[in-house]
Amino acid sequence: MTIADKEEQLINEFTLFDDWMDKYNYIIDLGKSLPMIDEKLKTESNLIKGCQSRVWLSAEFDGKVINFTGDSDAVITKGIANLLVRTLSGHTPDEILEADMGFVDKIGLKEHLSPTRSNGLVSMIKQMKLYALAYKTKASLNA
Amino acid sequence: MSTLVVNEPFDITAIRSDFPILSIEVNGKPLVYFDNAATTQKPQQVIDALVDYYSHYNSNVHRGVHHLSQVATDAYEGARLKMAKLLNAPSASEIIFTRGTTESINLIAFSFGEAFVNEGDEIIISAIEHHSNIVPWQMLCLRKKAVLKVIPVHDNGELDLEAYQELFSNRTKLVAVGHISNALGTINPIADMIRMAHKYSVPVLIDGAQGLPHGRVDIQALGCDFYCFSGHKMYGPTGIGGFYGRIELLDQMPPYQGGGEMIKEVTFAGTTFNDVPYKFEAGTPNIADAIGLKAAVDYLETISWEAIEKQEHALLLYATEQLIREGGITIIGTAPDKASLISFLIDGIHPLDAGTILDHFGIAIRTGNHCTQPLMDRFCITGTMRASFSFYNTFEEIDSMMTAIQKVKQMFL
Repeated sequence: MTIADKEEQLINEFTLFDDWMDKYNYIIDLGKSLPMIDEKLKTESNLIKGCQSRVWLSAEFDGKVINFTGDSDAVITKGIANLLVRTLSGHTPDEILEADMGFVDKIGLKEHLSPTRSNGLVSMIKQMKLYALAYKTKASLNA
Repeated sequence: MSTLVVNEPFDITAIRSDFPILSIEVNGKPLVYFDNAATTQKPQQVIDALVDYYSHYNSNVHRGVHHLSQVATDAYEGARLKMAKLLNAPSASEIIFTRGTTESINLIAFSFGEAFVNEGDEIIISAIEHHSNIVPWQMLCLRKKAVLKVIPVHDNGELDLEAYQELFSNRTKLVAVGHISNALGTINPIADMIRMAHKYSVPVLIDGAQGLPHGRVDIQALGCDFYCFSGHKMYGPTGIGGFYGRIELLDQMPPYQGGGEMIKEVTFAGTTFNDVPYKFEAGTPNIADAIGLKAAVDYLETISWEAIEKQEHALLLYATEQLIREGGITIIGTAPDKASLISFLIDGIHPLDAGTILDHFGIAIRTGNHCTQPLMDRFCITGTMRASFSFYNTFEEIDSMMTAIQKVKQMFL
């Protein structure tokens, strides 16, 4: 499945919710139920700082695709982080760099990606793209 | 509902109708605005004053021979006089206009620092200061190789006054403390703290950003040497504020910025500076907003400080009682003397999560560290939820917040 396919799927998923509370309840469930990052990876260097909620992000590159894990101490942030991780994980650096992540807007969560929220999600997407760029550069140097 | 009632002349419906923004809806719900410690809403009288200035007498001040310039100058200087009277400052020339408390503290840290602070000297601040009353002093200390000393805070949010006394030495040059903590609501015993400092002949700066909006401040009774304020936190426009400074100190302090207005004579060989307050007001000042600030003070005086204090105290007590009754809530900052703001945590729920849901119910509170990271570290938390009340808030609004808090608990716990 391409990133665009995954985004389409999420948009469809979210159209099922009648009101904002259902939507948030779903995100809260995502944030609560899913194990995200390995405790070992909740390190200072994986922490995105300067935000109201703490967000951890770690990336692994197997030479072909990147797999992300992330976490947050705030449940809503964690739920949305989960959607971001799910969307971009398992894709090549090029695919990740090209992803526009337009689904966030379409499912009505754009406010969570505004810098004024300072929940760490804007920095998280930036960081994911930076990982992609770094691994792409590394791969081209090794080639 | 609360049985607390305020005096007859306090007509909450009439007061609320003075603030156009209070009747808007947010997310389909009537706005409940509990972020007054961040900025207060503006009464129509302030908005009208701004429109009137720009519509009828906009002109630069202090340098025109023409009619409009005279009218604008009178209005701008009238605003200075108003602030001097409000603070009971001995003279209007001891009121300097700036963009707000942050700029006031930066100006003083620079100019006072240039005049009086040398290597090895000491500045005392407290553990509950806003970043605006920490960072300018850190910058001064870096520049002058001076030392920053910090008054510790007790668990209930009160400053440790015994420790405070022990911080003084013959190198202490200034004490800079907040009047009211923006994060905890603690009203510091500034009169006592000023008296203590003066025993050691140390001048005191009070960060009054959270103080002046809530009650009468008498500079001469307090005896403080600097008192800084922000217009937008006291129902005036953004971009205007200022400070009172004792004339003997201001006269010895060099200017902060150079430019027009602050000079007497300029030649390429050198420049002589204007007298206070103009020495510290380089460039065209914020005329419109100073006039707006005066309108705000005029407005507050029509309500009376006594009525404001009474209503805000009643709101604080009612909200505190409701939060305690609700249970599962930790109030951060339980000093006996508090202004009308409450920092709290819903046990087991991140403040950002709770704040996000409250917003969907139209309830505007603040979440985060409130620009007081060292204080949050002291309490081993990353942030709090903060509800801050103004005299225009109602007990019913607190009830709405409590209902929303119960919804938040259902969703997250």
